[in-house]
Amino acid sequence: MRRLSTLLIYLLLILGSLVMFFPFVWMFLTSLKPFAEIFDLTLLPQAPTLDNYREVLFDTQFPRWFLNSLIVALITTASVLFFDALVGYTLAKLRFPGKGFIFVLILSTLMVPTEMLIIPWYVMSTEYGWSNTYWGLLFPGLISAFGVFLMRQFFQTLPTDLLDAGRIDGLSEFGVFWRIAFPLVRPALAALGIFTFLGNWNAFLWPLIVVQTPDMRTIPVGVALFSSEAGTAWNLIMAASSLAVLPVLLVFLFFQRQIIEGVVLTGVKG
Amino acid sequence: MRPSEPARRGVSLAAREALWALAFLAIPLAFFLFIRIWPAFQALWLSLFDWHADPSQRPFVGLEHYHQMLEDRLLLKALQNTLAYTLLGVPTQILLGLGIALLLNAVTRFRDVFRAIYFAPYVTPAAAVAWVFSWMLSPNFGIVNEILGVFGIPPQPFLTSPSQALVTVTMVVVWQNLGFQVVLFLAGLQNIPRDYYEAARIDGASNWQLFRHITLPLLNPVMVFSAVIGTIGFLQLFTQVVNLNFTDQGGPLGSTLTLALYIYQQAFARFDLGYAAAITVLLFVIILAITLVQLRLLSRRVEY
Repeated sequence: MRRLSTLLIYLLLILGSLVMFFPFVWMFLTSLKPFAEIFDLTLLPQAPTLDNYREVLFDTQFPRWFLNSLIVALITTASVLFFDALVGYTLAKLRFPGKGFIFVLILSTLMVPTEMLIIPWYVMSTEYGWSNTYWGLLFPGLISAFGVFLMRQFFQTLPTDLLDAGRIDGLSEFGVFWRIAFPLVRPALAALGIFTFLGNWNAFLWPLIVVQTPDMRTIPVGVALFSSEAGTAWNLIMAASSLAVLPVLLVFLFFQRQIIEGVVLTGVKG
Repeated sequence: MRPSEPARRGVSLAAREALWALAFLAIPLAFFLFIRIWPAFQALWLSLFDWHADPSQRPFVGLEHYHQMLEDRLLLKALQNTLAYTLLGVPTQILLGLGIALLLNAVTRFRDVFRAIYFAPYVTPAAAVAWVFSWMLSPNFGIVNEILGVFGIPPQPFLTSPSQALVTVTMVVVWQNLGFQVVLFLAGLQNIPRDYYEAARIDGASNWQLFRHITLPLLNPVMVFSAVIGTIGFLQLFTQVVNLNFTDQGGPLGSTLTLALYIYQQAFARFDLGYAAAITVLLFVIILAITLVQLRLLSRRVEY
């Protein structure tokens, strides 16, 4: 009886896994088919080819989009990690007037949906000449209110004695933060960093608005606009999608444990 | 707060600490004020004007855009759809997420492998994934209809049918969010101390009673978090809707149109930024109201 129910559970889990994973398989297999084959719907390509990838990589500006996404995601992540940790630390460990008010002020920005800010951001970007620039792409995400909240939680668990020891050793207040506190919250930083990176890498709405020329597109925008022009050439669309999806899946495979722990950290305990 | 040079040598420890805090917070506060808070008020302000590229040419129209919303049938459609997405999507992803988490919690071997497979879609770019699904769900050449055919089910129109499109989009979004729910609920389940179950079992509780009286109440905080995050996500649905049906965004016949997409169309296709700003104010109010209600209703404290 117990054996049977365990078997049933595994069966259900495998069935579910197929539903979750099959789209990636189908995407990849279609991307290897020549156009003549895609409507046959056979699982494996009869005459597998890399031509679709060649076409996407060399006839579009895909390599440039990859670089753009990388630049935006890396700079944003570095900025979020540094500033969110700094603000979280300040709010958790320093005493100064107005602390509670500042914390509430920062948290209150979480209530405002991005859609509401996007129109003023667009107006700002046209006024100050930020549209179609890297700065325009990344300025909205440079500091995250949620990250501040998360980091503050973590810094609060650090014993103050440890920081005082640094002060006695003659470290400046910034030295105490950078040399002692910052390295001690590494798990939280890893979680925040990975999610900030993924969030920016996958972002669609704001890049779609602020970018005007093909060379400034990020991967999601580039792939979407390329696909919309490819018509029924699903082999090319699937090659472009694979190029967008596979690097992220690889990163996930590599950092799986940290990413999943990150969800738990931010969701259940944060 | 700004001591002159001679005074600095004499500043107290408390004042020194406050100065450091000021230095650490200066740039972040400027960011939040200028990029997050000021634009929110600016959206409110812009909603009172008709749009013109030159600020001095924007005529003040007062509350006219809000009045216009009352008679905008497409907006009503977008509102209804957004509500339908949320009411359909949030419970579905919570139920499926909880179900799979319970299954995973019951097994020991390959648990991490399964968890990783379920979670993988969550990290991939929604825009690209939506294109994969629009290929798979194509009525004539889609693999999904091919698979349904094996079971004797006739081909479905999916995204091309006004009556099926919204449900189909919701399922794609649920597919992508599911792993997040699974990981969350699994962690929640593992946080429940084993003793509770053992004690209840000694008292003769059935499996259902264990689930109903221990698991569910103790999962409540996770449930609330999942419901709030899920609701906010569905209320802002945009990327999947756009990319699943790129040539007829929000279609067929407006059946998949969402508030966020309607705002986008008003602002950046029709360049009616004043009206679009007014709708964002509405979205803000809706999200705020629903979140507050949910927190109220769902977060009953459970203590054992």
